Amino acid sequence: MNPTMTKKLLLTLLAWGIALIVFFPIFWMVLTGFKTEGEAVATPPSLFFEPTLAGYNEVMARADYLKFALNSIVISFGSTLLALIVAIPSAYSMAFLPTKRTQGTLLWMLSTKMLPPVGVLMPVYLLFRDMGLLDSQLGLTIVYMLMNLPIVVWMLYTFFKDIPKDILEAGRMDGAGTLQEVLYLLLPLTLPGIASTGLLSVILSWNEAFWSLNLTTSDAAPLTAFIASFSSPEGLFWAKLSAASTLAIAPILIFGWMTQKQMVRGLTFGAVK
Amino acid sequence: MATLQLNNIVKDFGGTQVIKGVDLEVKDREFVVFVGPSGCGKSTLMRMIAGLESTTSGDISIDGQRINDVGPADRGLAMVFQSYALYPHMTVEDNMGFSLRLAKVKKAERREKVLAAARILQLEPLLDRKPRALSGGQRQRVAIGRAIVRNPSIFLFDEPLSNLDAALRVQMRIELARLHEELDATMIYVTHDQIEAMTMADKIVVLQDGLVEQIGSPMELYHHPCNRFVAGFIGSPKMNFLDVEVREASSEGIDVALPGGDCRVPVDGSGISAGDTLTLGIRPEHLKLDDEGPLTGKIVVIERLGGVTSLYLEHGDSEWILVADGDVAHRVHDQVRFSFDPTCGHLFKGDGEALNHLHRHPLVDIDRKQNRVSSASDGQ
Repeated sequence: MNPTMTKKLLLTLLAWGIALIVFFPIFWMVLTGFKTEGEAVATPPSLFFEPTLAGYNEVMARADYLKFALNSIVISFGSTLLALIVAIPSAYSMAFLPTKRTQGTLLWMLSTKMLPPVGVLMPVYLLFRDMGLLDSQLGLTIVYMLMNLPIVVWMLYTFFKDIPKDILEAGRMDGAGTLQEVLYLLLPLTLPGIASTGLLSVILSWNEAFWSLNLTTSDAAPLTAFIASFSSPEGLFWAKLSAASTLAIAPILIFGWMTQKQMVRGLTFGAVK
Repeated sequence: MATLQLNNIVKDFGGTQVIKGVDLEVKDREFVVFVGPSGCGKSTLMRMIAGLESTTSGDISIDGQRINDVGPADRGLAMVFQSYALYPHMTVEDNMGFSLRLAKVKKAERREKVLAAARILQLEPLLDRKPRALSGGQRQRVAIGRAIVRNPSIFLFDEPLSNLDAALRVQMRIELARLHEELDATMIYVTHDQIEAMTMADKIVVLQDGLVEQIGSPMELYHHPCNRFVAGFIGSPKMNFLDVEVREASSEGIDVALPGGDCRVPVDGSGISAGDTLTLGIRPEHLKLDDEGPLTGKIVVIERLGGVTSLYLEHGDSEWILVADGDVAHRVHDQVRFSFDPTCGHLFKGDGEALNHLHRHPLVDIDRKQNRVSSASDGQ
């Protein structure tokens, strides 16, 4: 075997190894979801067993999965839509009408992501309480929008920056106002980027647990709260918990799998490589 | 049908003046070319006319109407960009019809106008294609077509040919000149290529460092450059310059000392006195090989172009370029003698300003229309 073949083989093995390590917890969770509670905690863990739907049955019987799932969908897509509506004009002005503070503003926005959310939990909680936003879809939508806004603005900014200025100027010469310029030229041209930004925002919102656990109880609780509700009261029931988790991540996993081509294309399209 | 006036316009980019007070008058249906080295401000000037850059001070008027505060779309101009700037996600037809779509023109009428422009530019078979499926020359034509569809009062071209290869550039140059005839519209064209300027312009504006050096017809700039910069910029190969001492000067001409003897250049020598140092300028094509000639030089490089041959000569400190016949037999390192007709010489003062020629060249005031009339009658 020549050296390049060996190298290729090693790299392939490495890639598979890493992929398996990353995937294993998910695999194990799905597997555990089909076990009985006894099998779930058995040592050594049993790889071969008689699959059962008992966990799922109990989970579905105890909680209204669809309600949680609907909350998750509304909140993650709603917050993404809201974030895009706010971020597109901001990114536009930063990309095409920069001032000497634009770079600073971008970095500052990103720096807010370094703040531990728990640091602002108290003020946000009190604000929400006073405004009656606790346990409401709207409240969580707003929080998620704000949470993802820095990333969304930053990504859109890099996509917009890649658009040749000439094209927009040609549009302006052709009679396009700012709104038409954005609608007819900028958005169609950056659609792959906007789509992947949106997908990322949806996924981040879907998986967010800190705010959803603290700001919702039942009415607006998304799937993260659904999982959590199976962990606390009567000790840990691994099979049930795994079943619930599988149910919670299944939609976003399928969604991510269907859109992975778009995601990869968008993420390798701009500067976010 | 439009005239354009620039009145002392200035552009200031955060404290740096890039346009330092430009006055210009563009007549109806004139083809005006802005030419100058990179960074001279020619593109900025055009973008100010287009409305894509604001004007710091001064007035821009179209047909006497001040348009400084009018947005680019409402100035009634169309611009062809160096990068073509076609909308990549639209077909050729949609690209060309975009301005009409924005103006809410009905689809049938839009199509009719696009087809008319496409016919002029032979773009009909390409109307359904996207820009990425076109060659450079085709994209260029679509960009021009997009401008035509707008039916603008003035066409603006920002170095439209610089992304094309040499052969295509020549072809497009001719097409543009023909288009100007056909559309009979006012056109402003920016280029750094003096050949494009010479071949297409009715009027050339030579810019340097944000200032107009000279405005005139191609022949005027060639025969009567007003300073050393214009003399060196217009014409290819570049004009030869040689510092010379004045023997005698009067309003009838100036005698200057040359290595092979004095010669009289017919320029107005008022204010010049014997002993002054001037710069003599002679175009390479006005030097001729001459065994009896007063000047000598050693050939350093020979460039044979077939029809003509450029000889690069060296004599002491001075270097000369001489354009000779295509079939000169000389070789590198040959010593040659050459001469020139002093009436073709130019003299420049120390600050670069040219001394006025006593006789104006007969072709200087011929404009494009006269040119066309005479060529038509020649053909009969």
